Parts: sequence; C-alpha cells; structure tokens
Amino acid sequence: MPNYQFTVNGERRSLDVEADMPLLWALRDVLGLIGTKYGCGIGQCGACTVHLDGVAVRACSTPVAAVAGRAVRTIEGLATGDDLHPLQKAWIDLDVAQCGYCQAGQIMAAAALLAANPQPSDAQIDAAMAGNYCRCGTYNRIRSAVRKVAGASSALWYDATAMEVSA
Amino acid sequence: MSAHRLLDAIRGALRTHAGVDRREFLKLAGITGGGFVLAAVAPRGVFASEGTEKLVASAELNAFVHVSSDGKITIYSANPEMGQGVKTTLPMIIAEEMGADWRDVEVVQAPVDEARFGRQGAGGSTTVPRTWNQMREMGATAREMFISAGALVMEVPREELHAESSKVVHTSGRFKTFAELATLASRQPAPEPGTLIFKERADYTIIGRAVSGVDNLAITTGQALFGIDTRVEDMLYAAYEKCPAIGGKVVSANVDEIRAMPGIVDAFLLRGNGDVRELLDGVAIVGRTTWHVFQAKKQLKVKWDESAASKDSWAELVTRATAGAGTRGEADVYAKGDVDTRFAAAGNRTLEAFYEYPFVSHFTLEPMNCSAHYRKGQNGAKDTVELWIPTQFPAGAHAAAKSMFGFEPDQVTVHQMRLGGSFGRRVYSEYICESMKISERVGRPVKLTWMREDDLRHDFYRVGGFQKVKAAIDAEGRLVAFENHHFGMKRDGEVVSGSGFRENEFPVQNIADALISNTWFDIGTPCGPWRAPRSNTNAFVMQTFLAEVAHTAGRDYVDFLLELLGEPRWLEEGNAWALHTGRAAGVIREAAKAAGWGRNLPAGRGLGFAFYFCHAAHVAEVAEVSVDAKKHVTVHKVTVAVDVGPIINRSGALSQVEGAVIDGLSTMMGQKITMEGGRIQQSNFHDYRILRMPSAPPVDIHFIESDFAPTGLGEPALPPLAPAVCNAIFAATGERIRKMPLADLGYTI
Ligand code: FES
Ligand code: FES
Repeated sequence: MPNYQFTVNGERRSLDVEADMPLLWALRDVLGLIGTKYGCGIGQCGACTVHLDGVAVRACSTPVAAVAGRAVRTIEGLATGDDLHPLQKAWIDLDVAQCGYCQAGQIMAAAALLAANPQPSDAQIDAAMAGNYCRCGTYNRIRSAVRKVAGASSALWYDATAMEVSA
Repeated sequence: MSAHRLLDAIRGALRTHAGVDRREFLKLAGITGGGFVLAAVAPRGVFASEGTEKLVASAELNAFVHVSSDGKITIYSANPEMGQGVKTTLPMIIAEEMGADWRDVEVVQAPVDEARFGRQGAGGSTTVPRTWNQMREMGATAREMFISAGALVMEVPREELHAESSKVVHTSGRFKTFAELATLASRQPAPEPGTLIFKERADYTIIGRAVSGVDNLAITTGQALFGIDTRVEDMLYAAYEKCPAIGGKVVSANVDEIRAMPGIVDAFLLRGNGDVRELLDGVAIVGRTTWHVFQAKKQLKVKWDESAASKDSWAELVTRATAGAGTRGEADVYAKGDVDTRFAAAGNRTLEAFYEYPFVSHFTLEPMNCSAHYRKGQNGAKDTVELWIPTQFPAGAHAAAKSMFGFEPDQVTVHQMRLGGSFGRRVYSEYICESMKISERVGRPVKLTWMREDDLRHDFYRVGGFQKVKAAIDAEGRLVAFENHHFGMKRDGEVVSGSGFRENEFPVQNIADALISNTWFDIGTPCGPWRAPRSNTNAFVMQTFLAEVAHTAGRDYVDFLLELLGEPRWLEEGNAWALHTGRAAGVIREAAKAAGWGRNLPAGRGLGFAFYFCHAAHVAEVAEVSVDAKKHVTVHKVTVAVDVGPIINRSGALSQVEGAVIDGLSTMMGQKITMEGGRIQQSNFHDYRILRMPSAPPVDIHFIESDFAPTGLGEPALPPLAPAVCNAIFAATGERIRKMPLADLGYTI
C-alpha cells in the first residue's frame, strides 16, 4: 500500500491507503474528520468541498495521490483556534442552516471565493456557489451571509440586523 | 406502530385536542407526583458529546428542565431535528414560560424515552401544535417551583413574586437568581397542570424573536451531529445492494470475488421479509471504509429473481390515464348536488382540463444511513442492539427490532441523530433493519451508508398521478359545479401515501354541486409522505384550474377566490384543523397587497396567484416571472402571506417558508422519477435536476399572527408555489401549464 504525506488543517498526516481512495473517505473514515460530507460522490453536489492549497476542490473526486505534499483545509480547520472565520460568524448571525448538511461545503466554497475575490459581485457569488446544492433551499441566506462578509453595499435580501442571536 | 399509523395517530390526537393525552403525558413526565429530589446524575442514555458532565449537580425541575448551580439552564429537545427547527423552537417555548434568559439556556438532544418525554416523532407539521401546551406546561411548572422557592428564601408571599431573566423578582425589586434557587426549587411540589396560568402574548420576551439555531456553531465548525457522522470503536462500514426492480429476490452473487477485494471484510446475501418498509433481499458488503464497500458494490454481479418484483412503467401509466380521461372513475365516488344538471344547463359554460404530475424523490442531501451494534448477550443475558439513527420516528426502531429479532424495547437503545434533511423520507425502518441485520451477522458495530444511487432508486416516492377536472360557470361568472376524476395509485391494495383527492379540498365544501371519482392503478413502486402529501400535487391542479376558471369567466382571480370563500367561518364546525374562510381571505388580501397584484407589467412578464390550505395553515403566494422566447423562466420574486397563528422563532419560520418556496420551485421545474420494468431510471444529480443558487428567487414573507394556537410550518408553504408560478407563466405567455415538471414542456430556469 503506498504512503502519502500531506497536511490537513496545518497538521502533518501520513496515510497508507490506495492511491485512488478519494480524499473525502480518507478524511471521514481514516482520519475521522467527518465535517466534510458525502452527498453524491460524483462531483455534483458540493457537500464535500475542501481547500487544496487554498482552492476549493471536491474531495469526493480528488484521489489521495493528488494531494501528496500539499495542504488540505477542511471545515474543522477554518476557524483559528476559538476565533471563527467571518463566514462562520455570518452563518450563525444569519441563521443560514436548516438541516445543515450542505453547509460545511457551502462555507468552504464561499471561503475560497472570498480569499480569491474579497468583494465579489452578486453574479460572481452565484457563479462560485452554483456547484453547491442545498436541498433545504437556504440559497438566499447563503448569498446574504457571503455579501455580509464581503461588506457588500447591495441591500441584503435578508435583513441581518433584524436577527437576534442566542448566546 | 408503523410510521404512517403514527402520523395518523398524531393527527387524531390533535383533532381531539389531546386533553387526555396531556394529562397522561404530564404523569409520564413525572410532574404530577410532586417535586423531584435533586438529580445528581445525568439521565441515562444522554450522549456524552452533548454535555453529560454539565448535568452533574444540576437540579431537575421536570423531565425537560434542569438548572445547575452555576445558572446554566439545560432544556431537552425531545423531537427529531431535520432542519424544521424544533430543536430551537420547542425549548424557546419552555424558556419563555419559565422566565429564563435565553442566553442561559443550553439545549440537549433528549435520549429516546417516550415514557419520560412523550411522543418523540416529527411529521405532518404537527410538532409545534402537538407540543405547544406541553412545552408551556413544562416551562410554567418550573417557573412556579422557582417562585415557591423564592418565597421561602425571601420570606415573602408567592403572589408578590414573578420570574424574569432567570431570576425570581419581588415587587420591591429584590431578587434571587435561578442558580441560587435551583436545588430548593427542585424540591418544591409541582403545581397541578390545571392551575397553571400561561403568559400573555404581550409579555413574551423570547417567543416571536428571531433566534439562531442551537446547533449552528456545531454545524458551521463541522462537529459530529448527523447520523452519517457516527463513529464508534471497532466500527466497520457497510453497503447494501437491492434488486433494481423493486422487490426482486436475490438468487446468487459473486460474494467470493467481492470478499477478496481490498479492504473488504465480508460479503453475504441477506434474505428479506418481503416488507419494503423493513427488509428486502439484498447483498451486504462490509469493509474497512465506506469507499471500499462502495467500490466493491460496483463490482457486484447479482442474479435476481424478478418474478415478484415491481413491473411498473411510468409511460404505461400515462397511457392508461390519458385513455381513461374521458370517463368517470368507478371507485370511491363522492357526490353532492347534481353536477350533470349543472353541466348541461343552458347558460352555464363548462371547462375541462387534464393534469399530470410525476413521481419525485425526497433526495435528502444526507443519504440514508444507520449505525448499529448488535451485541450477543453474555452469560444468559439477552441480546441487545444499539442504534444511531437519523429518523423522524425513533420509536419505529423498537418495532423494527421486534420484527427482525423478536426484541422487546428494553433490548434496543436508540440514539436520535440530527437528520440531514428528511421531508417525510425517514419515517420507515428499512435502512435501520438493514444495518441491524448486517451488524448481527458480522458481530461488530457497522455503519451502513447508502450510495446516492441507492438513495434515489430505493426511495418511498412522492406519488405521481393524473386528474381530469371539469367546472361549470354560470352566467354571473360563478363556479357552480366541479368534478374531478382522480387517477391515483394503490400498492398491496392500499392507497399509497400522498395519493387522493378528498372532499375537503378547496373549494368542494364551498359549492353545492361536486363529484369526485377515482380510478386506482396498482403499482409496485413504494411511495411515502413527501413534504405536504397530496397537497403538493392537488394545489397545483386546483389552483391552476381555478385560475383558469376565473379567467374564462372574465374575473380577477383574487376577487374570484374571495367571493368563493364568502363570509368568515370555519368550514367544519368545531374542527380547528379545517379551513377558516376569514383566515384564508386574510392571507389572500395580504399577499395581493404586498405583491402589487393587478399591476401592469411589460410583455413577457406576469404575476401569478395561488392560495392553499393544509396542515391547519392558510397560505397565499404570488410569483412574478418573466419568460423569454426560449422558454427560459426567471422568477423575480415570490411573495408569501401565511397565517399559522403566533410565530415562535421568527428566523426559523422565515426559513421554513424560504425553503418551501425553493423546494417547490426546484420540484416543479425539473424533477421527475420514471420507472420502466419496475426499475427507477434516474440515479444521481446528473439525471435528476435540482435548483441551484443562481435560480433562487427572493422570497418576501408576511406573517399574519392571528390569535389562533400556533401550528406547524414545515410543509404548508410548499403547495401554493407551483400553481403561483404556473399562473404567472400563463400571465406572461398565455400558455396554460397542466403538467409537471416544466422541463418536460421545454421550460428551463
Ligand atoms: S459528494 Fe462530492 S460533490 Fe457531491
Ligand atoms: S441546509 Fe439542508 S441541505 Fe442545505
């Protein structure tokens, strides 16, 4: 069995797994990082979105062999210690999640977008997020949360100031 | 009790308004027997990950409420959370009545223990109405016990005290905190439920606010919550292959080859019991990771015996219904007045239309999964099974274990996991039975995960169907007769969930002459509840057809609806679950006003209106759409007016409506399950079309917070969406839509 070394959320990892095992299952079933989700296994739903060297990729369609020597970041590693990423804060402030299952992938896709383009237009947000499916239909709140973090002047569809957040 | 019976039972309890139920529940919940002694340990079965330690040294006020000496208020959420928001909403009700500061509240998913918590299912948008009084009683009981304790400590009469912000406050301004009083409060006698006085709406400080979901931190940081996240020591991973023609039996499979594959621990045939809600024949594969078993599953070669399997063909059903559309159905005829005379009367105009709607899948983003650990009893002890299940009806697992192994409930431990979506999907026990049987066989804990393809091909589908409808319009432009020949589905002699057109469908109760008849087709494809069963298709038919009737009569649709509704009244006296014409008119007027109904719009752009009543909720929706020359649809905005009584969690309520609108749009535009030779022909996201973010319209939501008791909102905002959009497309293009999904008619979004 080949050996692969890469970092996950800044930690060095060494795995003995088949070359074609998708990163998704290496994360979930081998490393126990279950924040990254399985939705379709064919690169269509975005539930498995992680960052590879800062770029959003589909972990279900990325073999472990392709990440050797590279840096993987998952939802578990998005916050800095107890300091949430601004997107995570916005997701809580706007109460984006319904069932919540897609949201790790949504947040990772949005984080990659904002890292590359801190002030995306609405069309750019839509384009960047179109690959992430939400069965519960939280798209409007996702869009609003991304805009909020981007400091967009366009009116939030969802009025965040009306939200009160539990401690 | 099977899940659909349970749903019916819940509805029954609602109808009788649960008087007995409630007393029984309070007794079960341990309130009527006087105060509890200090509960120094966590209740059994609480997940360690959910703060067991924090409960230590906490005082138990009742089954749902603990307060610890550091002021932390722990409230149990007893019902499954699937995105409908109950894990936040129900504790808000308790906290409100209790006089708690929401910031002190920690919500913990309750263990599955119906003797302690009452019914723990979720379905039919019934959780809020079913538990509204119970939750208020839990909160008010705790509040009264705190006030009793405060009276003792402050040496003042109870009447001079009230509770607010986690404190018992005297009229002088002196106070004691809940933290200080917790132990003493837990020893006070619980008040009789009949003596409890609930807060007035004007005094609410928590109910009605927008509160962020209690699991949001865990969700946004990727912590384990969902069934599929379960990991227990020594666990193996499993997949299960069933016959693609639903119900086929397994004859043989290349299990020896599969066992030899890398990472595979075992592969074997399982014999089912023939019940699609429990266990169908199949081939189990067990291995070191989910990926290994998925890979192996693709290499399976199975010989199936399809003699008793489904032979369904969607194309054939369409052909049969189309051929029968000119006739009257022979089964289950409901008639009042004399429609034939009305249709024949000179001066009356008649209008006919034939509607078609497909089977659709639930397609929850978290696929079916269940983790099971079957343990052999040691030294004569009984065998047991421990289960981690994302399910709408955790108690269903007891019946499943009884059916599989003859187990009594005390041999079954159920961990209720968060559901990654459900919409009615997770009410049966097949994925539970499969995982229990696999764990029994391999003698280790097993997580069974369905591949997306399994999930789409082995659903309990929203049933498809057909309706031939006919209306008579008199000289004044009024609807005077209505007939529906409904083509529905039966399986094993029973009408399937979601099929049917009942005599309380609006506007059958509002007119004197109506006839409903049925033709039932026998099918083998399993069907189940799907967000607003029956309503999600009947609304499409009725609200597009009535709009067409109004248009034919030269009437404005909103005026037409208001006239049909008539004076404000309950349509069924004494049934608070029936349509109230005044509430209906209220949401119709509100939606029309908010959307600017009647406005002139440029060519190619139109407004469409729909009203629907279901799940005790009155909802009106207006869609504003444009359609271009290539039939590309842009939905600019959907305006929704809802009356479900007072709103508990404003954020959660808005989410349910936003979600229902997107779900409704996604389904009507692109979704369709077809079967040929009993096989489902779709398999994954590439051939089952779903709405993506760029097509999601803004949703403008208006709540009419009437004084009626609050009712559920998980489902009722979905049914009016499809007819509102179809009516808008007609306004924009002149084309009537009588078939879903619209992709079949060449529309895109
Ligand atoms: S699981 Fe990877 S895109 Fe769906
Ligand atoms: S929140 Fe449920 S799938 Fe997105």
